[in-house]
Amino acid sequence: MGDQSEALLERVRAARAERRPLCPRGTGGKSHLGRPVDGEVLDTLGHSGVVHYDPSELVVTARAGTRVSELIATLAEQDQMLPFEPPLFGGDASVGGMVASGLAGPRRPWAGSVRDFVLGTRVITGEGQHLRFGGEVMKNVAGYDLSRLMAGSFGCLGLITEVSFKVLPRPRATRSLQLRLTGEQARDNILGWRRRGLPLSAACHGGGLLRIRLEGNQGSVDAAVAEIGGEPLEDAHYWEKLRDQRLPFFDGAKPLWRLSLPPATPVLDLPGALLSDWGGAQRWLKSDADTDTLRQLAASAGGSATRFSGEEPEDAPFQPLPAPLLRYHQTLKARLDPDRIFNPGRLYADL
Amino acid sequence: MHYDERLDGPLPEVDKAALLARLQRALPDLRLLHRREDLTPYECDGLSAYRTVPMLVALPETLAQVQALMRIASEEGVPVVARGAGTGLSGGALPLEKGILLVMARFNRILEIDAEAGTARVQPGVRNLAISQAAAPYGLYYAPDPSSQIACSIGGNVAENAGGVHCLKYGLTVHNLLKLEIVTVDGECLTLGSDALDTPGFDLMALFTGSEGMLGIVTEITVKLLPAPPCAKVLLASFDSVENAGQAVADIIAAGVIPGGLEMMDNLALCAAEDFAHAGYPRDAAAILLCELDGVESDVDEDCQRVRAVMENAGATDIRQARDDAERQRFWAGRKAAFPAVGRISPDYYCMDGTIPKRELPKVLAGIEALSREYDLRVANVFHAGDGNMHPLILFDANDSDQLHRAEALGGRILELCVAVGGSITGEHGVGREKINQMCSQFDADEITCFHAVKAAFDPQRLLNPGKNIPTLNRCAEFGAMHIHRGELPFPELERF
Repeated sequence: MGDQSEALLERVRAARAERRPLCPRGTGGKSHLGRPVDGEVLDTLGHSGVVHYDPSELVVTARAGTRVSELIATLAEQDQMLPFEPPLFGGDASVGGMVASGLAGPRRPWAGSVRDFVLGTRVITGEGQHLRFGGEVMKNVAGYDLSRLMAGSFGCLGLITEVSFKVLPRPRATRSLQLRLTGEQARDNILGWRRRGLPLSAACHGGGLLRIRLEGNQGSVDAAVAEIGGEPLEDAHYWEKLRDQRLPFFDGAKPLWRLSLPPATPVLDLPGALLSDWGGAQRWLKSDADTDTLRQLAASAGGSATRFSGEEPEDAPFQPLPAPLLRYHQTLKARLDPDRIFNPGRLYADL
Repeated sequence: MHYDERLDGPLPEVDKAALLARLQRALPDLRLLHRREDLTPYECDGLSAYRTVPMLVALPETLAQVQALMRIASEEGVPVVARGAGTGLSGGALPLEKGILLVMARFNRILEIDAEAGTARVQPGVRNLAISQAAAPYGLYYAPDPSSQIACSIGGNVAENAGGVHCLKYGLTVHNLLKLEIVTVDGECLTLGSDALDTPGFDLMALFTGSEGMLGIVTEITVKLLPAPPCAKVLLASFDSVENAGQAVADIIAAGVIPGGLEMMDNLALCAAEDFAHAGYPRDAAAILLCELDGVESDVDEDCQRVRAVMENAGATDIRQARDDAERQRFWAGRKAAFPAVGRISPDYYCMDGTIPKRELPKVLAGIEALSREYDLRVANVFHAGDGNMHPLILFDANDSDQLHRAEALGGRILELCVAVGGSITGEHGVGREKINQMCSQFDADEITCFHAVKAAFDPQRLLNPGKNIPTLNRCAEFGAMHIHRGELPFPELERF
């Protein structure tokens, strides 16, 4: 517990001197994501604790090793939350891993992504320096936005040691419903509800059922329930199970693919079992279809396909980047991590 | 604040006539301005105190022209400053004597409104407000609304990561973008982001947003549109001290309410606005709060009750709810006219843009008052209270060069005060040329070196908007004496600008 940034800095400097790759790691719940990296595990869990929390500023700052469950509990005491509902694979996550992976839960399309709530970071760079970007204020456009760049960078640009987040009050009222609808009907309904400004905060379709969550003040939630109809959602923990991939859908040996698609994408003829979250913008697919087929399907719809998990390691789990874009990724990586010590190859073989 | 090659880095010597001839040969359809009288209108942006006549002005209309121009500029080693509508307040589009000013105003088409997906695909020269107007028939709008929204371009909004009065609830420009089309410094096209909610790889769209034209040229933007809230109500509360008004702001947030807009004005600002816009503001108040709540009517009514109770507890001397939409518009008209209103009570004003943690407001306002006395210049305070973004307006007369220098020095001190309490030198206007020295207060040499590393990844020759946003280490060494020490500058008697 506490501030171990000096020790982390020493580790990074030593790795840099010996050009030894490091794999930053928190609780390890997301270590299956991306390409395997041959490097030394850098455990961040000791560098933990909420550094600063002022509920009336809507800002919390926590060290990278802080357990997300602990952060969520701290916020809940003040009736506040991390709006992007980070997944807790295997029961927990670290703040650093949460930001580095950039993964968000069911509320994402309505509330925003991890990076949308990042206000500032402290980062140990590939030059072996501990730097601070952004801060604890909502608006800050001084310099380049390296804080938000860190979100979803899978630890390839530096070691995140501390993050400041914007937080929000928890909704006063929540109701979850289920409706028996086809995929097409579900899509049309969701788009209509969104256009009419109903307080949707989750929508997931699978197995002929659309499950939705409504959040807001009591009045708007009650009115939306009356307008939408349907039945109360049976499983009180459905959204957490969906978030953490604990639903039976996620069991089984077939590889799990994640398709990220434009929000109004029609129902696609996908080869495998489908669970369509984020109102259709994030589609989980259990499929042993070949990689190219799924990549082409996703790309032709304007999105991307990521191989999320599977028994066999996949050499290219993330959708490949166009050549010029990959080149700029490589140049940026080379400038910020010239000795390639942070997770080399985790995102792409040549990065 | 002209580009200073000694401090900002050498710029290549370019033969203007040869460059012009090459551009005219390669791009016969490209509109190029090169005569002094044609160039002068472009000598400044919204920060008119800083003026430089550019070497050339290019007004491209096609992507191919932008690409070809950038290729030639790269080959010739000519700096390029991109400009949208030129409404920016930090001199981000201040031209260079040895550079091309790339004016994107003719990229002014709305290419597509996709009502189903809730997106608009637009060219960078489209005005901010024009997007919402085009989306209105579908019941949609584009949320970020900088006060210059009638005139400012969406490309400039991306370059500055522009804000507005609704940021606490609806976010900044970066939160309302899906995709950017970019032309790189050597004329290559890149797509950052996508129509999906996330994209594999690094979040370069976030990095480019707010990068002030230093990393690439934005040529197309896909923004998110939101359903227009069905109901909006506004409360106007008066306070007999800024401390009480500040307490009310903290208490509203702590009560779990996120207002669509939450604005504070001090007595000088509210009186000027009242004289100008006749908004119905109480002239005897030390400060007023405007709190707008939007959403479904029942929720809005519930929150209005809650906010009213909080304001009363915090010591509001009067609370009025706009009875109808006309009165609501009038309450806002005063706030939105605050800058021009202050312009009527002073020959010139200098608008600052610092952000602070809200809890520091009483301390910072007291500090500004003390500095105002020290420099003998009045300061009117307008404050996006919900998100901690202050706009102190320093009143001065630019014809009096001593007043101009005092205004600049006072502005610098205010920004350093913001940094000293944990804030930032700029919330939404950008660093540009204006705050280039204060960057050395907010970031140390290693952090600035890291920014240079990012820049080098995209623009190794530093041809894109040199001299803006990120200072050189030489500049920081020269102005290093400005580092704050408990809000006090060393040697305050020395003139620094």
